[in-house]
Amino acid sequence: MEIISAEVLPSEVVPAEGLLGASWLLIALPLAGAAVLLLGGRRTDRWGHLLGTATVVGAFLLAVLCTFSLADVEGRSVDVDLFTFISTGQLDVRAGLLYDPLSAVFVLLITGVGSLIHVYSIGYMAHDPARRRFFAYLNLFVAAMLLLVLGNSFVALYVGWEGVGLASYLLIAFWYTRPGAATAAKKAFIMNRVGDVGLALAIFVMFAQLGTTSYEGVFGTVGTLAGGTITAIGLLLLLGACGKSGQFPLQAWLPDAMEGPTPVSALIHAATMVTAGVYLIARSAPIYDETPTARTVVLAVGAVTLLIGAIAGCAFDDIKKVLAYSTVSQIGYMFLAVGLGPAGYVAGLAHLLAHGFFKAGLFLGAGSVMHAMDDSVDMRRYGGLARKLPITFATFGLGYLALIGFPFLSGFYTKDAIIEAALDRDDAWGWVLAGVAVLGAGLTAFYMTRLMLMTFFGRARWADGVHPHESPTVMTAPMVVLSLGSIGAGFLLVKAFPLSDWLEPVFGEEHSAEHVVAPLTVGLVVTGVMLLGVLAAWLFVGRREVPVTAPVRVSPVTRAARNALYADTINESLLMRPGQWLTRALVWVDNRGVDGAVNGLAAGLGGSSSRLGRTQTGFVRTYALGMLGGAVLVAGALLAVTSG
Amino acid sequence: MNEVVIGTGETVAFWVLGPVALAGALGMVFSRNAVHSALWLVTTMLSLGVFYVIQEAPFLGAVQIIVYTGAIMILFLFVLMMIGRDSSDSVVETLRGQRVAATVLGLGFAGLVGAGIARATEDLVGVGLADAQPEGNIPAIAESLFTDYLLAFEVTSALLITAALGAMVLAHIEREPGTRRTQKELSRARFLTERPQTLPGPGVYARANSVAAPALLPDGRTSPDSQATGIEPQVADQMPRPTGREQLGSPDGALGTLDPAPLDGPAGGDRS
Amino acid sequence: MTLTYYLVLAAILFTIGAVGVLVRRNAIVVFMCIELMLNSVNLTLVTFARATGTVDGQIMAFFVMVVAAAEVVVGLAIIMSIYRTRRSASVDDANLLKY
Repeated sequence: MEIISAEVLPSEVVPAEGLLGASWLLIALPLAGAAVLLLGGRRTDRWGHLLGTATVVGAFLLAVLCTFSLADVEGRSVDVDLFTFISTGQLDVRAGLLYDPLSAVFVLLITGVGSLIHVYSIGYMAHDPARRRFFAYLNLFVAAMLLLVLGNSFVALYVGWEGVGLASYLLIAFWYTRPGAATAAKKAFIMNRVGDVGLALAIFVMFAQLGTTSYEGVFGTVGTLAGGTITAIGLLLLLGACGKSGQFPLQAWLPDAMEGPTPVSALIHAATMVTAGVYLIARSAPIYDETPTARTVVLAVGAVTLLIGAIAGCAFDDIKKVLAYSTVSQIGYMFLAVGLGPAGYVAGLAHLLAHGFFKAGLFLGAGSVMHAMDDSVDMRRYGGLARKLPITFATFGLGYLALIGFPFLSGFYTKDAIIEAALDRDDAWGWVLAGVAVLGAGLTAFYMTRLMLMTFFGRARWADGVHPHESPTVMTAPMVVLSLGSIGAGFLLVKAFPLSDWLEPVFGEEHSAEHVVAPLTVGLVVTGVMLLGVLAAWLFVGRREVPVTAPVRVSPVTRAARNALYADTINESLLMRPGQWLTRALVWVDNRGVDGAVNGLAAGLGGSSSRLGRTQTGFVRTYALGMLGGAVLVAGALLAVTSG
Repeated sequence: MNEVVIGTGETVAFWVLGPVALAGALGMVFSRNAVHSALWLVTTMLSLGVFYVIQEAPFLGAVQIIVYTGAIMILFLFVLMMIGRDSSDSVVETLRGQRVAATVLGLGFAGLVGAGIARATEDLVGVGLADAQPEGNIPAIAESLFTDYLLAFEVTSALLITAALGAMVLAHIEREPGTRRTQKELSRARFLTERPQTLPGPGVYARANSVAAPALLPDGRTSPDSQATGIEPQVADQMPRPTGREQLGSPDGALGTLDPAPLDGPAGGDRS
Repeated sequence: MTLTYYLVLAAILFTIGAVGVLVRRNAIVVFMCIELMLNSVNLTLVTFARATGTVDGQIMAFFVMVVAAAEVVVGLAIIMSIYRTRRSASVDDANLLKY
């Protein structure tokens, strides 16, 4: 029951034609790859990784072509109607794809970075006996992620949302024989469920209140709802986004998810899946436009997460965990951006794309380092790797510079754009948010410099028997490509081919050209803070000898940071323990109450029967006594009746 | 319709025989010895037979005396003699509360039924059988039995046959032909037991030749083997027993009828 | 004196028989007590025959005697066979049929 007229849509949606009509192939290709690899079993072991890579590369090429075709379409938005997914009563969900600039950007990111990581995985997983399965899961993930960003309704998004959750679970637990991996996968899955419940509830509310779940339907009529309902939808969507993107208060699963293979960390837990929350909020922009309250909450979540991630990142010695907290922190930037409203959407998405490049590159670099160091992740056992791993060092270093916002690299442009957008609010909160962002930038510079110093510089602190060697070309090549992206993405997206122009059909035109604070000033301040962070890192880490084991006597701040600001402790004490208590209480009630009633009844019946059975003594005289008693009763009763 | 008149003779007979019947019933219940019980029951049954005759049922009275008191009670005694006496003759109650409960319930039952009957038949006036049996009791019963109750009578014959057959089946011990053991086999079997010889008699130290007195072993203990089944053994402690030389000097010891002096020979009584 | 006296006497005899069944352990004595109960009923029947002026009560008493005779025959045979297997005529010893 589509009750929406096309006039109220932000942009005209036209049916897909030609090449865009075949955009369902984008999803079908990796899905088919996953199916073949999973169903084919060992027969596909020999060429499975090649097929898996080919499907994603094919999808990427198709995505490029589709995007070019989309540029020619009036309104830059097409609808690909596939089939009726659910048709029951009032709920009529058409399975269809929406190919618009926003999804096109994501499709390019997913298939592009995905392709590179697939290629990288060929080398990284070369010695793993289960490589075929790995590629099957990766393909499954790509398919689900593409469905997530391409679906034209919240239900389709939800299917993809759960699909990526499944793929994430499978890939984190890829080495499922390791207890840590299995636990981390469960943690990720369960914490994602919390968010998914929010998303599902949001969809339920939409259907209950609006009768539709398609984007055009919901966005066209969301303004007719009461303010409280819109806020509820917004907050529930935000809960879903927080779960998937590892945002406060559901951030604890993301660092643990690094138990998975490094390409997984790069693709899923850095570049694509964890940005699904940003996508969801950006896609739901028309909803958030109606509810400033929810938007403020988004801002707060982003700002808090930004700081938590940055602080925690300073304390860990596990290279992947540092990068993971960096990811948490950077996604906090993106949430902050999209929480700013129309001014921030483009900045946030630009940062998302740039981050996808340089963080994937950093993870791949970390994977390369681990590859060289016999899968050790302890940075205290690294050191002096710059000369042993020149290509890795170069690409990693470029990613590092991009991340900390070194002038004229990606992060510089995109992060500054976010801070400018925050300042453009032109109120006290804008200054606070900008301050947080700047502080985050300084922290980022600190922990990333610390990581660089501990890994690539200083004295070699390698464990015995470790002989670092550069990774094969199949691994370094994607890293090189990504590092090129790290260099250029920001400039391309913000200056050369502004993303804002491309996304204009989705978010409308950029509002003010006038900035409250001149971009030059912002750039200088941010760069200054960044340099301070680098300097601090050099003072604390670079100048001194790095102990091989982490110091035990540390300040409370460090201890808190090492414990990731006690997120796990808080989760455990606030949720897990009460949950356990509740479960135990329920078990107790079940055992004692429900079972107790049933068992007690049975035991009571059994006991009373056996006690009654005791009266069956076998002594005939006892029975005769009973008969005489009965006769007395009958006689008495007769007498009573007749005389009564 | 004639009213039955209960004359003085009947009243006297009732007040004489009624207590006799009651005494017989109580004596049957309270006798330890089953044979005594049977004899007490015979007393009651005879009394009842006389009551039947008094109550214009001479045929039933005769049947009562001949069949019941004669045949059935003899059957009881016969079986009693066959199985002998055993622990079941003990009057010690083994079921807790049985006796009390039985007494209470019995009194209650008797009270209820007696009161009920007394109240229900307070105004009962006997019609008398003079009109029902003008030619005497036996023709009247015969007429009724062979007309109205013919079927029941015939069925009774089937019941009796069945009972006779059943008794035979139950009491009969099936032996395969040829399994009857010869004297030689029985003897051999006896010598394989622990006691091939006969049970000991009262023995040289016995102070009485009653079968109720167990034989004494040389050390003064009683020999359980010598106790006859079906007879309540005399408790050895109740018997005077030589316990020491000093008793010989006492007047009781000199009396010696029940206290044979072991040193002087088997029959201490000879010395008195 | 009325016929009621006979009936009350019969009730008392019946009760004594019933109590005897309850308190005696020798199966044969128990049987005798049952016979006493039957006899007391017979007395009742004869008395009512006299009271109602028909011989039907006597016929009933006659049948009771026949049935009692049959019952005694079979019952004593049962006691005999139990005694053969269990060497006891006590009704308490035959208590295998229980919980």
